[in-house]
Amino acid sequence: MSVRRLAEDSVQPASFAFNRSNAAWAKKKLKDYPKGREASAVIPLLMRAQEQDGWVTKAAIEHVAEMLDMPLIRVLEVATFYTQFQLAPVGKRAHIQVCGTTPCMLRGAEDLIKVCKKKISPNPFEVTEDGNLSWEEVECQGACVNAPMVMIFKDSYEDLTAEQMEEIIDKFAAGKGDEVMPGPQIDRIYSAPEGGLTSLTGKPVVAKKSAAKKAPAKAAAKKAAPATKAKPAAKIAGNIGKASAKPKAAPKAKAEDKGKPPAMRKPAKPDDLKLISGVGPKLEGVLNGLGIYKFEQISKWKKAEREWVDGYLKFKGRIDRDDWVKQAKALAKGGEEEYIRVFGKKPR
Amino acid sequence: MLQDKDRIFTNIYGIHDKSLKGAMARGHWSGTAGFIKNGRDWVIEQTKASGLRGRGGAGFPTGLKWSFMPKEVGERPHYLVINADESEPGTCKDRDIMRHDPHTLIEGCLIAGFAMGAHACYIYVRGEYMREREALEAAINECYEAKLLGKNNKNGWDYDIYVHHGAGAYICGEETALLESLEGKKGQPRLKPPFPANVGLYGCPTTVNNVESVAVVPTILRRGADWFASFGRDNNRGTKLFCVSGHVNRPCTVEEEMSIPFRELIDKHCGGVRGGSDNLLAVIPGGSSVRLVPAEQIIDCPMDFDSLMALQSGLGTAAVIVMDKSTDIIRAIARLSAFYKHESCGQCTPCREGTGWMWRVMERMVEGRAQKREIDMLFDVTKQIEGHTICALGDAAAWPIQGLINHFRPEMEARIDSYTYRSDKDGAVLEAAE
Repeated sequence: MSVRRLAEDSVQPASFAFNRSNAAWAKKKLKDYPKGREASAVIPLLMRAQEQDGWVTKAAIEHVAEMLDMPLIRVLEVATFYTQFQLAPVGKRAHIQVCGTTPCMLRGAEDLIKVCKKKISPNPFEVTEDGNLSWEEVECQGACVNAPMVMIFKDSYEDLTAEQMEEIIDKFAAGKGDEVMPGPQIDRIYSAPEGGLTSLTGKPVVAKKSAAKKAPAKAAAKKAAPATKAKPAAKIAGNIGKASAKPKAAPKAKAEDKGKPPAMRKPAKPDDLKLISGVGPKLEGVLNGLGIYKFEQISKWKKAEREWVDGYLKFKGRIDRDDWVKQAKALAKGGEEEYIRVFGKKPR
Repeated sequence: MLQDKDRIFTNIYGIHDKSLKGAMARGHWSGTAGFIKNGRDWVIEQTKASGLRGRGGAGFPTGLKWSFMPKEVGERPHYLVINADESEPGTCKDRDIMRHDPHTLIEGCLIAGFAMGAHACYIYVRGEYMREREALEAAINECYEAKLLGKNNKNGWDYDIYVHHGAGAYICGEETALLESLEGKKGQPRLKPPFPANVGLYGCPTTVNNVESVAVVPTILRRGADWFASFGRDNNRGTKLFCVSGHVNRPCTVEEEMSIPFRELIDKHCGGVRGGSDNLLAVIPGGSSVRLVPAEQIIDCPMDFDSLMALQSGLGTAAVIVMDKSTDIIRAIARLSAFYKHESCGQCTPCREGTGWMWRVMERMVEGRAQKREIDMLFDVTKQIEGHTICALGDAAAWPIQGLINHFRPEMEARIDSYTYRSDKDGAVLEAAE
């Protein structure tokens, strides 16, 4: 078992309060549990406090104890027992959790740890002087077929090499962590085998009880297999940001394409999409792959389209948060000058 | 080899539409109301007939487990709790179910809950799976909007599903520790009896099931128990998600038939062992908690509960960790000892003290800085931990080391010899010359 203590008083802030949206969320969360059993929410609440402040402060523990009407010692127990709670400040831009358990170790997690030691600090949990980076070795994170991997806040970065680890650390150190696409960093779809599927290659088969109907369906699936194989391949390419990815209008997945923004052929003079805050070179490649080259296109996205792209990029709402549409509108209208007029700063 | 038409998780890689609409197009949520009309006993009978054994590691028959719940709902409500605290090193199958095929699980929750008279279900997701949790919550919200869940839903069984999460404790994968954690306490396992089916969550009758066990049930009911039972050997029926990690050319998660030979699994889906099958050293076939199996025994072994049990190992969660001949096997196991030392909850003395003790000895074994008699002592200590703790974490910490000593004792002795040799006068000279 691991022995953990709260941070020294000198770093502990005087008070803690949930911000408005988190407080509303907490109120709703308490309703998930039967009356009188609100203590169940202690882990979710502490986790939300950690997301808000970056670590679990003493004040947050006291606040949660009060909210749930629990004895302080019970909350303290929980905060020290569960190792995902950071009891001292960690890097603001990235706290890199390297999985070091055997499946990752077999595929080179130790090299990743060496990189962290070299680039961040020789010891885990030591925050760099600017307060931006720290690292730790954690136990199995449950992405073993994508070993070795690291977790940075909510996202995992998988199938890493030492060089990629260095690049990722540099990106996060520069505050450009968003540019790194979460998930596998090599040519594969999530947990599927690298370089092409060995199963589920055809159209999705609808499970039916009658055995007689299955035979023709199978034949159809087999026929369709070579045609649809191109699709996952395109998706991978998009995933790692190769501009060559041209998602063909696959006839099979109509539902999936609902909300897919209209594409265009590559114009003679494509816009520099990187001017939009939140779009880096990698993302620009992916957007180009979707047939998006002009600010005008983005400025016309409706909700459905924004959601589709958000889902495609696994972006968790960043498009709306950064308001790409408004940015693109300004850029389309009057380029950099208009952008400065609207936003009061230069585009990135 | 299993054909695509017989795969249950048709979107395990997330290449198709993950939404409710997409899931329905793939055949999920069809006829659910009909299953509920058929009644509780029918669902349990079908599940029993399919031969489904729990996918969380122990392999206990799922239908039988459900039938332990009280027949009548008394004053205390019944609960279904889904164990999605997937933390066993090597295992990452539930992750893919939750993020890419969540509707299999949600539909399964409804049916399983109905079969045990529960109107509420908690899904306990491990804390590290934040994106997976978001995907699951989004899918549940879709179902509420489509009136597939909630009060007076289309399926005719009032049902609520809540997503709860942990915060990085491996021990919460043990069912009673999970219940403690869900009640807002430290995850320390409870003594059994009373079993959760009588006194579980909040003191009410509760059944804890693994994600995969529950997620396969709707398809079993749709296609028939005979269909499911047509795969695998007797007593080891059905299809199974295998997670192959370690030294294979292309590690992956894949749904395959139970009892598929190890060689076929690796060659078909993973591009074979790195450096060819002659380069295989050993395999941990069911997640870190089972004993390793050396190459010559595993290579043609059917991957199922009983065959692996006969090799003194186990199918566990079907997390296959492959190690080739470049592996320092003693270090690989020592790292697992460090894992168990880190994850022991500290409740029972043999485990709390023993895991640390075993780890320290294993660290010396890695260097060879030990006496040969200490190997016997280490084995003896593992035997004293095994079976003397409330939960199975003590056993799980002991087994990998027992497997190592059983199969690789000469390796450990050679390590000790080479260390002793280096400390000789000649040896010291040799090292200095390097």
